[in-house]
Amino acid sequence: MKRLLFLLPVLGFIGLIAVFGVGLTKDPSLLPSQLIDRPLPEFALPGIEATPGGGPGFASAALKGEPMLLNIFASWCAACPQEHPVLTDIAAQGVPIYGLAWKDKPEDSRNWLSRWGNPYKAVAADEPGRTAIDLGVTGVPETFVVDKAGRVRFKQIGPITPEDWQLRIKPLLDQLRAEA
Amino acid sequence: MLPEIGHFALILALIVAIAQSVVPMVGAVRGDFALMSFGRTSAQVQAVLVAIAFAMLMASFAAADFSVALVANNSSLDQPLAYRLAATWGNHEGSMLLWVLILVIFGAGIGAFGGNLRPSLQARVLSIQAMITVFFLAFALFTSNPFARLFPAPLEGAELNPLLQDPGLVFHPPLLYLGYVGFSVTFSFAVAALLEGRADAAWARWMRPWVLAAWVPLTLGITLGSFWAYYELGWGGWWFWDPVENASLMPWLLGTALLHSAIVTEKRQALAGWTILLAILAFSLSLIGTFLVRSGILTSVHAFAVDPERGVFILGMIIGSTGAALALFAFRAPLLRSGALFSGISREAGLTLNNLFLMAITAVVFLGTFYPVIMEAVSTDKISVGPPYYNLVFVPLSVPLLLLVTVGPMLAWKRDSLSAVAPKLRWLMLAMLVIFAGLTAWLGLAHAASAFGFALAFWLIAGGVMVLIRRWRGPNGFNPRLIRTTPPAVIGMALAHAALGVLIVGISAMSSMAAEKTLVMRPGETVAVGPLTVQFQSLREVRGPNYVALQARFETSRNGGTPETLVSERRLYQNSRNQTTEAGIGVSPFGNSYIAIGESQQGPAGDGLVVRAYWHPLVGWIWFGGLLMALGGAASLADRRYRIGAPSRIPSQPAAPPVAGPVADGVPAE
Repeated sequence: MKRLLFLLPVLGFIGLIAVFGVGLTKDPSLLPSQLIDRPLPEFALPGIEATPGGGPGFASAALKGEPMLLNIFASWCAACPQEHPVLTDIAAQGVPIYGLAWKDKPEDSRNWLSRWGNPYKAVAADEPGRTAIDLGVTGVPETFVVDKAGRVRFKQIGPITPEDWQLRIKPLLDQLRAEA
Repeated sequence: MLPEIGHFALILALIVAIAQSVVPMVGAVRGDFALMSFGRTSAQVQAVLVAIAFAMLMASFAAADFSVALVANNSSLDQPLAYRLAATWGNHEGSMLLWVLILVIFGAGIGAFGGNLRPSLQARVLSIQAMITVFFLAFALFTSNPFARLFPAPLEGAELNPLLQDPGLVFHPPLLYLGYVGFSVTFSFAVAALLEGRADAAWARWMRPWVLAAWVPLTLGITLGSFWAYYELGWGGWWFWDPVENASLMPWLLGTALLHSAIVTEKRQALAGWTILLAILAFSLSLIGTFLVRSGILTSVHAFAVDPERGVFILGMIIGSTGAALALFAFRAPLLRSGALFSGISREAGLTLNNLFLMAITAVVFLGTFYPVIMEAVSTDKISVGPPYYNLVFVPLSVPLLLLVTVGPMLAWKRDSLSAVAPKLRWLMLAMLVIFAGLTAWLGLAHAASAFGFALAFWLIAGGVMVLIRRWRGPNGFNPRLIRTTPPAVIGMALAHAALGVLIVGISAMSSMAAEKTLVMRPGETVAVGPLTVQFQSLREVRGPNYVALQARFETSRNGGTPETLVSERRLYQNSRNQTTEAGIGVSPFGNSYIAIGESQQGPAGDGLVVRAYWHPLVGWIWFGGLLMALGGAASLADRRYRIGAPSRIPSQPAAPPVAGPVADGVPAE
């Protein structure tokens, strides 16, 4: 009995190490989005061309009917040019991508897109960053996969790499298309 | 060239440490004195080698040698030399090297000052100390080499995080490390005792100064860290229950428990197993706390995933040290001769109760700190634990402990009774109640908790004074001879206990009487914050050596007294684009006025500046209390009882050849 008492510390320690071990195997960069399986928060934003010439942005209600991507970017973002060719490639495969320019001046976004090319079906400007708060955006770039019903199904934090696209997002989109 | 010398010295130190982890241990098992004494020499050699490596790294920082990756990443040319030097330990790799340096200095200390130790015990302690060193040196060399070169060398380095460019950084980490690493010595003592199967009075007496040697700098380090956070982070608080703070508090709490339980083991040969367990846990918490927090498993979580090699190494290190020690404890501790019995009301019982409370508080802090990790392991939730939790559980556990602090020293060893203790404390208790009632009436019921805090502080300070008075007073009043012969340890104890009271004064005042206002101000405007009147005088831009700053001047006066000018800055460090806040702080014994400025803001009445103005009553007492407490520990460390030989209570242990394995020692049970 007394011996058992002396065993307690080491047993407690083993339990703790097990917990830390499990913690190590989890990818800590995964920030679960609160929005998974929930509809997008409602928003209606002006487009980036709204300021000088006029031109539509989009509202959250527009993001349904078919599976699509909602990509958060900014002209000042360092990783966005790296993601850009992948997005262009995805758009070329017929996947609709909506762009949300976060905390960016519309003319800067416009210049940025004319320099790199525009893969987006429509671009909305969230200059004050309020919609991004509703979306739970932690930085740029981030991408949401939205299903037919306008619900968020997946959130990518950081640039989409070709591997991310091939291994995770494309299969998910295929599956979402197959869904009734 | 210099970095290569440093690198080479580190490799040599690793080889010496490997030898030291084996040779003296073998000597102790075989009873071979030549092998045992190897450890004493090798410990000094290790210290010299690591000191050379550290000096080389420091020289690289001084010379701004950007071909060394670490220097390039953490210093820049326009950074003042003092901060370039301090940058040596202001980063992961350099702080690892500092850690190892302190580790080997402590090891050399055991070799140098351990002349009165049983040779076999000293040899085992040195071997275990070397095993820890091997882990850390290997970690430094294989996963975080501070001397890695960069090619091509950049012309300018990325500067040290500006928050760390502060006198606080120069002393805070080394002090904390002295504390953390100091517990490695007690850990080694504990494991050596388990190996020898002996944890007697002599063992506890040898270990106690090392506990103090770790506890004193840790106390100072935590105090300084709290002070640094107060004036540098600009959040206007002194403790935030942040995981890194908790990581330093937990070893401190267990170290405090160890300090007290070691007294029982020394005086009464009781609680030996418990003392050993505490010694193991105190060091383990230093390891778990610092490294799991530093490596980011808790806070920014990224570092672990980015660099799993380090994470796995650290986990291995913890399993290798704590796991092995606790396993050894499970097998060997039951064989230790259990100590003398004591009654439910006695000095021993008081100290045991103290230990239980400290253990419970540590457990509570531990749970709060690691709950997010545990939750994440069993579910997908990300949560954090904040101050409400700690206030809820910390206070109810601390109050009884603090009440006990004054009762404990009044208790007699072995057997005492309430009826004998009560008269000694009757007047103190009455005075405390009167203070509590009086302050509650004066401050109002809303401040009843603070009033209780002040009464508790009185109880602690008066308790400290009582200890000295009882010691100094003979049958015929105060006796000069008794005053002269008071051991420093008793003075230290009285001081440390009273210091707790000083600390509680500050905490109580801050908890309910602080005032705070956040508003947009324009030059010329005046605002009242608690007893303070704050006038915003002027705003201008200034240029420092490596930053530009927005500087605001304020004039404050308390209750209409003499005005004082406070300067508050918001600095932008150009190289790293980092911003820091330099709060303007007006210091007085009664409290601090504290002003931090934020962003400039456009308002309807023109542009203004976000200003946060605080009145912090008696806040300085918190750090003064910490300082006094460390001073108490230092006084205790100066006690000459620790410098003379082992107590003569072990008559049956002459200089006989040491015996391996558990032995029944000759202390008669009392």
